[in-house]
Amino acid sequence: MTALSVRPLDLKRWATWPAVLWTGLFFLLPLLIMLAVSFSARVGDRMLGAFSLDNYAAFFSQGGGVYVAALANSVEVTLITTLVSLAVAYPLAYILAYGVPARWQRLLLVIIVLPFWTSYVIRSYSWLLVLSEKGVINQVMVALGLFDQPIGLGNTRGATVLGFVHFFTMLLTLTIYANLVQIKESYRKAAADLGASPLQVFLRITLPLSVPGVAVGAFLTFVLAIGDYITPQILGGSRELLLPQAIMLQISRQANFEMASAMSMVLMLVVSAAFLLFARHLRMERV
Amino acid sequence: MSARRLFAILYLLLALGFIFLPVVMLVQYSFQDGLVPVPPFRGFSLRWYDAFLANDRLIHAMGNSTLVAIASSAVATALGFLAAYGMARRKRRLNLWLQLLLMAPIAVSYLIIAMGLLIVFNWLGISRSLLAVGIGHVVINLPLCFAIVYSQLGEHQANIERAAHDLGASDLKALLLITVPMLWPALLAGFLIAATLSWDEFVIAFLLSKFEVTMPVMIWSMLRSGLNPALNAAGTIVFAISILFVILIELLQARSRRHG
Repeated sequence: MTALSVRPLDLKRWATWPAVLWTGLFFLLPLLIMLAVSFSARVGDRMLGAFSLDNYAAFFSQGGGVYVAALANSVEVTLITTLVSLAVAYPLAYILAYGVPARWQRLLLVIIVLPFWTSYVIRSYSWLLVLSEKGVINQVMVALGLFDQPIGLGNTRGATVLGFVHFFTMLLTLTIYANLVQIKESYRKAAADLGASPLQVFLRITLPLSVPGVAVGAFLTFVLAIGDYITPQILGGSRELLLPQAIMLQISRQANFEMASAMSMVLMLVVSAAFLLFARHLRMERV
Repeated sequence: MSARRLFAILYLLLALGFIFLPVVMLVQYSFQDGLVPVPPFRGFSLRWYDAFLANDRLIHAMGNSTLVAIASSAVATALGFLAAYGMARRKRRLNLWLQLLLMAPIAVSYLIIAMGLLIVFNWLGISRSLLAVGIGHVVINLPLCFAIVYSQLGEHQANIERAAHDLGASDLKALLLITVPMLWPALLAGFLIAATLSWDEFVIAFLLSKFEVTMPVMIWSMLRSGLNPALNAAGTIVFAISILFVILIELLQARSRRHG
């Protein structure tokens, strides 16, 4: 049979390459092109091939600093989001890992992260229902006498942060819980046997050992939040722009890909800086 | 009951309340009776589900989403599996770099990935279409599929593959008859997670599609043109379908844990 006499395909050799090719062609190449585009100037509708720093200069000076303000807003909102989400998620993960019987933990975890899987657009929009003037928050606040009258809570930075915190609390609970259940119980028991108070056990054993889970979750939160367009657009409105909103405006309104590319490169630079900050802890996890 | 325990239960309930608040609101107002799909709640009705089912554009967009989700997840799972297999079975010095490249899309905003593809597709003459959206979804889901399969590929399967080779099976035969069946829970989990994310993805679908749009883009445009009453019903249905996926993934994982 001739078919069998053909030298068999060396599967192990080439199996990796289709995925590499795909990622190279549709991810790396576009990024490199954007990098090149970000360094080319635009005159009217024409793109000039020559190397220029115009777009980056414009980013830092043009429009009375609106772009820099957008970047600052993004970093602020993202940092607040990361910190608040950590503060909400850590106790939740802790209670789940140490306060709930082992056989219920899995089910409870699935329930806690269930809304994580709902449509992102719809989840953000649902918060508008909650925050609206006749929504449940206003009703409770007015009933408690904390608000004199209903206040429209949408279209604010607070609404954006709230939508973010909701999403990332679920994500962080997952990563922190996964870390906490891996800490050997004997460490905590030993510390307690040696006379440590529960607070000391937490501060000197559990908390330090849970840093990898916190770092992974915090890094993911930072990266995903700072690059997200939907939540600030739906919940924050356009009163205050975040960087992804400003980028989207450049693409869809101005069709200015040079400027949008330069802004994207700045965004990626911020994410890279965050990665370097977290890298030490992210590497620890693999050891 | 100790004070600590009481506090723990209280915190758990509060957190669950916070997490489920928007979903509960959404589902409740999908049953709103009245013309305004926003608070206050006026009573129970299924009229918005009728409106949703009568909305051809929404149903059509749902079909598009399903098509893109299934096709892109199949490609992402296949590519991710092959990459993981090649990397686990052939040690190269390059592997670390290849792995870094394959995982890199995770750290880049979907908006930036979408814009890059938009520029490249313009140059290549690929028009904005569901195909373009699908290509983008493979890019973002490939890292997940790769990571899920790679974490499950160990010496265990390698030994059985070697046994198959000794008995005369080719690489391809061993792959299809040994490795794939042993890994199917991971493959299916990867596929379902990718499908759930693709079904839901907005920014890439928004920038890379034109006339044929997916569900999130349709919902977006409905949102922009004012509050459409069918929106809450559509959201609830999308939520219900996502939940079905999650239950499926959970059952699969429970199964593989039992066997594992």
